[in-house]
Amino acid sequence: MAQVRIEDLTVQFSGGTRALDRLDLAIEDGEFFALLGPSGCGKTTLLRTIAGLVLPSAGRVVIGDRDVTRLPPGDRNVAMVFQDYALYPHMTVAENIAYPLKVRRVERSRRQEMALSVGASLGLGELMERRPAQLSGGQQQRVALARAIATRPDVFLLDEPLSNLDARLRLEARTFLKRLQGELGITTVYVTHDQAEALAMAHRMAVMDRGVVRQVGTPVEVFQYPANLFVAQFTGSTPMNLLPARVDKGALTVGGRRLPFPSGSYRLREGDRVTVGVRPEYMDLSTVERHDGLPGRVAVVESLGVTSLVTLEGEGISFQVVVPENRAPRAGERGWAVADPARTLLYDDRGELIRAF
Amino acid sequence: MSTRDLARLDAGPRRAHRLVNRVLTYLFLVLVAVFFVVPVLWLLTAPFNRAPSFTVSLSQPTLQNFPDLFKNPYSASSLLNSAIYSLGSVVLVGGCAGFAAYALSRVEVPGRNLILIVLLLLSSVVTGSAAIVPLYFIAFNLHLIDTVPGVILLMSGGLLPAAIFILKDFMDGVPGSYEESARVFGANPLQILRDVVAPVVRPGLAVIAVWIFVNAWGNFLIPFVILRNPALDPASVQIFSFQTSGGQAVLRTAAAFALLYTLPAVVLYLVVQRRYGFRFYGGIKA
Amino acid sequence: MAQATSPIPETALPSAGLTANPAGLSRPGALAFITPGLILIVVFLAVPAAWTLYLGVTNYALFGPQASHPSFVGLANYAQALHDPLFLSAVVVTVAYVFGSAVVGQMVLGFALAWKLRQAPAWMRQPIETLVLFAWIIPAAVVGFLWATFYGPPPQTGTLNTVLHTQVNWLYQFPIPALIVFNIWRGTAFSMLLSGAALNTLPPSYLETARLAGASGWQQLRDVVFPSIRGTLLTNLLLITLWTFNDFTPFNLTGGAIPGATTLPIYIYHEAFEFSLFGLGSAMSTIMLLINLIIALGYLWVLRRTAR
Ligand SMILES: Nc1ncnc2c1ncn2[C@@H]1O[C@H](COP(=O)(O)OP(=O)(O)O)[C@@H](O)[C@H]1O
Ligand SMILES: [Mg+2]
Repeated sequence: MAQVRIEDLTVQFSGGTRALDRLDLAIEDGEFFALLGPSGCGKTTLLRTIAGLVLPSAGRVVIGDRDVTRLPPGDRNVAMVFQDYALYPHMTVAENIAYPLKVRRVERSRRQEMALSVGASLGLGELMERRPAQLSGGQQQRVALARAIATRPDVFLLDEPLSNLDARLRLEARTFLKRLQGELGITTVYVTHDQAEALAMAHRMAVMDRGVVRQVGTPVEVFQYPANLFVAQFTGSTPMNLLPARVDKGALTVGGRRLPFPSGSYRLREGDRVTVGVRPEYMDLSTVERHDGLPGRVAVVESLGVTSLVTLEGEGISFQVVVPENRAPRAGERGWAVADPARTLLYDDRGELIRAF
Repeated sequence: MSTRDLARLDAGPRRAHRLVNRVLTYLFLVLVAVFFVVPVLWLLTAPFNRAPSFTVSLSQPTLQNFPDLFKNPYSASSLLNSAIYSLGSVVLVGGCAGFAAYALSRVEVPGRNLILIVLLLLSSVVTGSAAIVPLYFIAFNLHLIDTVPGVILLMSGGLLPAAIFILKDFMDGVPGSYEESARVFGANPLQILRDVVAPVVRPGLAVIAVWIFVNAWGNFLIPFVILRNPALDPASVQIFSFQTSGGQAVLRTAAAFALLYTLPAVVLYLVVQRRYGFRFYGGIKA
Repeated sequence: MAQATSPIPETALPSAGLTANPAGLSRPGALAFITPGLILIVVFLAVPAAWTLYLGVTNYALFGPQASHPSFVGLANYAQALHDPLFLSAVVVTVAYVFGSAVVGQMVLGFALAWKLRQAPAWMRQPIETLVLFAWIIPAAVVGFLWATFYGPPPQTGTLNTVLHTQVNWLYQFPIPALIVFNIWRGTAFSMLLSGAALNTLPPSYLETARLAGASGWQQLRDVVFPSIRGTLLTNLLLITLWTFNDFTPFNLTGGAIPGATTLPIYIYHEAFEFSLFGLGSAMSTIMLLINLIIALGYLWVLRRTAR
């Protein structure tokens, strides 16, 4: 068990790509920490730097109270689960799980025992003599986890472990993994490009963009108060509505309409340009005119099951609203989208969240 | 006419076309099979014929050729020697090529493809007859004349480049994550090669082992040049002692010996083919 | 925490971001892995090869005064070789032999087999593959034996003449075609294996897409298959060209005694051993090496051009 600290970490590849740029991060002991970001932003590189598979150009990696920056991977007491699981095709499940113990010179009978008990605890009891090719994707993923757990690492490093599973299995595996982490209490760094996964599983998360961290926080903080437009656009299962606005006599002009300020008080001056951000889930659709609503014509209605996502075309802007299934309008109808003032955010002209006080 | 009828109309000629295609394919394959089998037939009949000619025939069947063959004191020893030289080459060349191919596959060496190709070129020089004199002198200075290790070592230079070239391709195909995960567990490069990479490329190692074996098994020039003691001669040299004297009686034993000399290579190939499948996996590319 | 914020100087770490290779093999480690093979290559490949090149500029001979004190003769051996009509005709024979049997024969037949065997049922595929491979595995001396009897001329009529009811001395009357057919038989296995492996790397969806678009077999090959496996086909071409160029097996068929069937390795063998002219033989080997080098460079050039 250990804390992981990343200090001023820079990784520049020989081709000149700067995958990580002076990155700082502190991951607490026992925490389930998600690294979220679009493909190519440097998540895998950060994970591999923690594992010791990539040597940084500058900066430090500290695990517990050890500076491991220059230690070889095997001396860091971390375990990594790769995206393709990296199960050895010529070994049985039991041999795969026991292999790290063999490397660490655990005696044969002892390691077989440990492999069996870890395998059994992950529901692999029946499969111990099979080879990876004879397993389903979900089973392979569990074997990879079991192999990592068997080493009793200080830190777990997981690189998109669910991305090779189909949608249904992914949900099950998500719950399983979260419970497992809770039981083991091992510090876990979890890389994903799927914001729903990060929100659902992590205690805290970092949102990355082009080698830097754009926000660190709990899933609730990140979801409700994205620190900047990048995070705002990247999180949420439907993209946040981001509408250009102007401060005008104590109100906001959006798409030719004057709307009230969101809750809280802001240090803004007359004429300032801002961006109003509000998630479709935090907007309501009215079929009768509302002075605090944005008018528009319903362009598309997409059923999400319990709710429907409605896209409206307003005056030079378009925006989306999530409504309960029984209130879904029809295409062509007029509607007024009303934002929940407590959930409406303002971003300044550099894209940073303007915090109310 | 509905579209369905149209489709059916179209299907008639297309099906005929496909049938013709299939017949042509089978015809081609049968002709190829005949081409490859006919020259071998002699090897299956002549050893069992009391008076073999150059034609395939079993006019006077007999098994006597084999006991007659072993009246020559070197028949048995030469086969045994061939086995020693070939297996020795498999171990030496296969082992060295395995390590080298792995390192070359994993560590960037500038111009490594060019280096490999130049080595391939040079290997064709040393397997040629002109290099025999230098090879002889090297063997002489290293006291390898008339020794078993001498034969094996001298053959290695000609075999290594191609073995490295082909094995490297198999190694290139092993996903890096296998090795990386082993490294995170703390395995060192030797352990990784032994426990992870080698087993994964086992089919490639098997192919290369057969290739080395067959090449060493058939090599005539090197044992011919550096061996003086006929008791050390391999079958590739011994077989000419049956051929060169000429005459009918010799053709009998020569054919029988040719068969015995061929069998081990064929059996090895069949065993490997059965166990690992004898094929290159990735399709070698430089 | 104070320690955590104290920056360490950047110079203490590698300035450029280093990725270790997947194996974690350091340069010294890699060198240790390469060393055993390297020693063998230096001692038993580089030294004799260099020595051969050196002999090419001497008048070294196996017997006589030049045996113990060979002298430097510059390019005289090369001049002699290039003015030797028999040498030049051996070059022509070799080029025809390589082109006919390796470039055209083995390559085309090997690929065609790999391509057609994919569509054939397993009961046909396995025996045919095995047969083709047998031809490659049988020791050279035996192969020479088999083909000498197969082509057997009139007094000892061989299988071919028996089947065709002819009385042709194939190796004398048609030396080059006879050798080409022989070598196609001998060496197609390698091209078949390599082509088969390359074809297996093609995602099935490539061919399915082409087939759905209505491409004929030939169009599939031209538009989808060849562009995707070009690298492998070129490597195959290089290897079989070099091997065939230096192939000594025809000697086992002809005994080196058939003028129209004398390829370079056989001619060099004559000069070096029968006339004991090792200097000349080595110069000829060097010329042969240069021809091979040009082929290899051409191969690299095409490879680099197609890679772009
Ligand atoms: N070994 C490498 N050499 C050069 N560039 C690399 C290497 N690995 C990753 N990169 C580059 O670094 C950036 C970050 O990559 P990565 O960490 O894999 O992103 P992610 O996992 O977030 O998708 C990308 O631009 C990628 O192309
Ligand atoms: Mg990644």
